[in-house]
Amino acid sequence: MSTTLYDKIWNDHLVDQQDDGTALLFVDRHLVHEVTSPQAFEGLRNSNRKVRHPNLTLAVADHNVPTTDRTKGISDKESKIQVDTLEANCKEFNIQLFGMDDKRQGIVHIIGPEQGFTQPGTVIVCGDSHTATHGAFGSLAFGIGTSEVEHVLATQTLVQKKAKNFRINVNGKLPLGVTSKDVILQIIGKIGTAGGTGCVIEYAGDLVRSLSVEQRMTICNMTIEGGARAGLIAPDEKIFKYLKGKPMSPKGDSWEKALNYWNNLKTDSDAIFDKEINLNAGEILPMITWGTSPQDVITINDKVPNPNSEKDEDKKNSIERSLKYMGLKPDMSATDIKIDKVFIGSCTNGRIEDLREAAKILKDKKISSHVNAIVVPGSGLVKEQAEQEGLDKIFVNSGFEWREPGCSMCLAMNADKLKPEERCASTSNRNFEGRQGRGGRTHLVSPGMAAAAAISGNLDDVRKYQN
Amino acid sequence: MQKFNKLKSIPAYLPIVNIDTDMIIPKQFLKTIKRTGLGKNLFFEMRYDDQGKEINDFALNQNPYNGSKILIAGKNFGCGSSREHAPWALLDFGITCIISSSYADIFYSNCFKNGILPIILEEEKIKELSEYANRKEEISVDLKEEKVVYGNNETKFKVDPFKKKCLLEGLDDIALSLKKSDKIESFENDLKNTKPWIFND
Repeated sequence: MSTTLYDKIWNDHLVDQQDDGTALLFVDRHLVHEVTSPQAFEGLRNSNRKVRHPNLTLAVADHNVPTTDRTKGISDKESKIQVDTLEANCKEFNIQLFGMDDKRQGIVHIIGPEQGFTQPGTVIVCGDSHTATHGAFGSLAFGIGTSEVEHVLATQTLVQKKAKNFRINVNGKLPLGVTSKDVILQIIGKIGTAGGTGCVIEYAGDLVRSLSVEQRMTICNMTIEGGARAGLIAPDEKIFKYLKGKPMSPKGDSWEKALNYWNNLKTDSDAIFDKEINLNAGEILPMITWGTSPQDVITINDKVPNPNSEKDEDKKNSIERSLKYMGLKPDMSATDIKIDKVFIGSCTNGRIEDLREAAKILKDKKISSHVNAIVVPGSGLVKEQAEQEGLDKIFVNSGFEWREPGCSMCLAMNADKLKPEERCASTSNRNFEGRQGRGGRTHLVSPGMAAAAAISGNLDDVRKYQN
Repeated sequence: MQKFNKLKSIPAYLPIVNIDTDMIIPKQFLKTIKRTGLGKNLFFEMRYDDQGKEINDFALNQNPYNGSKILIAGKNFGCGSSREHAPWALLDFGITCIISSSYADIFYSNCFKNGILPIILEEEKIKELSEYANRKEEISVDLKEEKVVYGNNETKFKVDPFKKKCLLEGLDDIALSLKKSDKIESFENDLKNTKPWIFND
């Protein structure tokens, strides 16, 4: 029978299947961070259980870490307890941890690929919904809750039910200045935040194949904002080349065997999907979000929606609520939205290519005098690479602050946050109410669009700044 | 885990769609290393003003909804972050049953791990049941029979049989999975032969 890539990975990881369809799935790779793991380790201790495979588990502190000077440690008491607890748990259960002073430290979804921990055809989980990022390597990667983290630690498996197959084909070429961030925002706008609920999404089409590994990660990363737990892309030569020689990638004979397996990881040509949609890349424009849900997208040429033109009562109320929270007027132009802050970073757009894209726009320019802007590299290695290329100087000369790696203002668990009513052009993934700080207003954009907004002081069209 | 069987309560109604887990429990409360004590911070930003005073308009601040065990809400409930702090906060507040027309996948699964029953009903039924919240009348939920009883009416719901069993009996699913240790071990032995690179050997 013809199968999809998701079917193949699923079948290859079935430890057991009950008559009611409930399956026990083997987990090849488990990423752990400080926020969603303490209760799981506590659970293990309380029931006297061990970590079944410490060497299939990798831990890092990312959500709570300060992005300014780290020599004095963490000043926030609760954050410090959480980071210290992770360290103690990793020591007790013999799990490898990248500590705060390790240059490999960074956002969990950036360090996995960087180290070659992320591999095609594997099942990868983490107590974090943006685990979907790793699907760019052709792995089945998804976020889990803390009870499930404990389950994986104890059994190296997960109780799951099979999801539906959903394929999104993007064909054609992206116009100048349009990036994979715009592609995924467009997709979420089209399917809605519940459009992928109960599904695993496979991204396909010649546009997707033409994207770099990092650009693919941006798309898979925001799959969860479209409601699907996992999004994946069939692995190809670009992926294999990226992984070759990474610290945790297979070596020697193992590499050849792995490559042989990875080469067969693709959906059969006649496989049937439960759902399928097509997008034309040529029609996608630079996108922004105007509201408080990732599905609230418009192009930079558009106007903010007017609730009065909405007939559906729920939708109308929802638009009104969002406009009020965001402090926007119906029908105003996207480019008339004045911003206070710019955040470049996160597991969506905190990789080296993202920083290059923003730096290209910022080179020899100054940011607007009323804008406060920060760049938070996704990991210590991204930071180091950027500094070698002189990107840090471009950012600093333009007026950005150059920070230490972490999740930072994507979710504002550390000191980096918006004040009430402050408005931010952000390369992160969620524009929920209060996400970047109580009362803070978030507009999701690509790194180039964030740079353009920083220069202009308003949301602006990145295409005006292309050299 | 607490068993779930039957429940009777005046429901609280939040007529908002896409309630995300950041709304249910904002990030500043994720710094805890415990599962308990989050109830007072449930829906924090909607529930308290800048001075930390309760906002009277918010349903869960009002009597009798501050004691509701059942929460009725708009579609796509629990979207966003995977934080299990969301069901922990609901549970700590006293809510053990949610009724909506749809849920985000991770949140839905997290509920069952904590003895919370998330019921899926059609929008029309949600509207009907929300009237009981408005009139402050009790409704009851029967998991075994898979039905919600309200006034002289009842409506059936569906729930996965395995998840139902775990809720009814309050089962620890790690213990259940560890009973399959032989199968896990044999899977691992095969894996060492077929995909030796997985174990980093």
